[in-house]
Amino acid sequence: MNALLALLQREVRLAVRIGGGALIGTLFLLAVVIVVPFAIGPDLNLLRRIGPAILWIGVLLASLLALDRLFAADHEDGALDLMLMASAPLELTVAVKGAAHWLTTGLPLVVVAPLMGLFLDLDLGTGLMVAATMLAGTPALTFLGLIGAALAVALRRGGLLLPVLILPLAIPVLVFGVAASQAAIVGPVPFGTPFTILCALTLASLVLGPVAAAAALRLARE
Amino acid sequence: MSLIDLANPTRFLALVQRTLPWLAGATAAIFALGLWLGWAAPDDYQQGATVKIMFIHVPAAWLGLFCWVLMSASALGTLVWRHPLADVAAKAAAPIGAAFTLLCLVTGALWGRPMWGTYWVWDARLTSMLILFLMYLGLIALWRTVEDPSRGARAAAILILVGLINIPIVKFSVDWWNTLHQPAAVFRVGGPTIHPSLLWPLLIMALAFMLLFATLHLAAMRNEILRRRVRTLQLMRAVAQGA
Repeated sequence: MNALLALLQREVRLAVRIGGGALIGTLFLLAVVIVVPFAIGPDLNLLRRIGPAILWIGVLLASLLALDRLFAADHEDGALDLMLMASAPLELTVAVKGAAHWLTTGLPLVVVAPLMGLFLDLDLGTGLMVAATMLAGTPALTFLGLIGAALAVALRRGGLLLPVLILPLAIPVLVFGVAASQAAIVGPVPFGTPFTILCALTLASLVLGPVAAAAALRLARE
Repeated sequence: MSLIDLANPTRFLALVQRTLPWLAGATAAIFALGLWLGWAAPDDYQQGATVKIMFIHVPAAWLGLFCWVLMSASALGTLVWRHPLADVAAKAAAPIGAAFTLLCLVTGALWGRPMWGTYWVWDARLTSMLILFLMYLGLIALWRTVEDPSRGARAAAILILVGLINIPIVKFSVDWWNTLHQPAAVFRVGGPTIHPSLLWPLLIMALAFMLLFATLHLAAMRNEILRRRVRTLQLMRAVAQGA
């Protein structure tokens, strides 16, 4: 348990002090939000209608792109070998790494999302509802992404392969994330229905992600 | 002969050599029967002759899904028992499954044009088949990026099993998404139940597709084994030349 806590501290410290993952992720989200009105025009009615979807797509892409270095840096400097040999179960180690990654890249995105929503004519209350769905949904993106990041390390390949493998898996999260946001704004579906399914997806990915990622990482050692 | 005996690729190749002509012959015969029955089947009272696209479309969809299930069984064989042929089976099945899924999508588009007036609608079933196709392509891309077959095998096996868990979730979410975004009953395919005069050709065609899959799969597995042998021989020769 101590080892896992130490690992969590290490990961968070590394992410905060170097790399600036949180800052870059939020900047990416801002860039996506700014680019969209240029593509579809400055019509505020339209932007308000598709605002939650734009925010969710931005967050999805930002979380996927941030995954690239999740295990790669540890693989290069040998820390991954230590984690593989440690007495703590690899699944838990991977889960802790995922949690740290979410704290440093997913959570900042959730925090800034309501502010980004202002650009899309979503008022602050609506933005907070969208952020609530993201709070429930982004862990699923990170933990599904763990699988892709681990496979990328095991195969010594990265780049575009990772999003190609992970995006189809992330579709349910996107569907229910946007559905819950829309339900919160316009209805007619009660907010709870898609939201609880979103939570269920997150809980399932919390189990599936670390197990599959650990299996892939064991492969990397050979 | 048990599954373990087949672990010897040479024995497997001999078995394929013996069975493949029979399988190919049976495929051709059943296809001829199925196509003839489909040709002779009556037109639908609403859709006319286009209903016959179903005889290609529906079995292709079934096979597209079946391939992933078969690959999942192979993936278990790779991860749990390290069966040497399991990986070959999965790798050989992926392009065939992708082809069946594509066939399903293309025939669906051709069917949709006269019936719905458009090649593509974001219907729940179409969309989930498209995502399945995307997952097949991702898997094939993964196989193509690794040079060492054994390393790629287990990585692909993990992804296949993750996909198996995820496919029903995707299906469920896409169903939800579609009912949320557009009212049902914009379009309705066919009548409430399928008439026996159409059901029998469909089942025969499904059997023919099944046999076609078995034939193609065994041939693809044989090719993959031979390809790996060639690769090993080339590596050995390269080593010998370098030394």
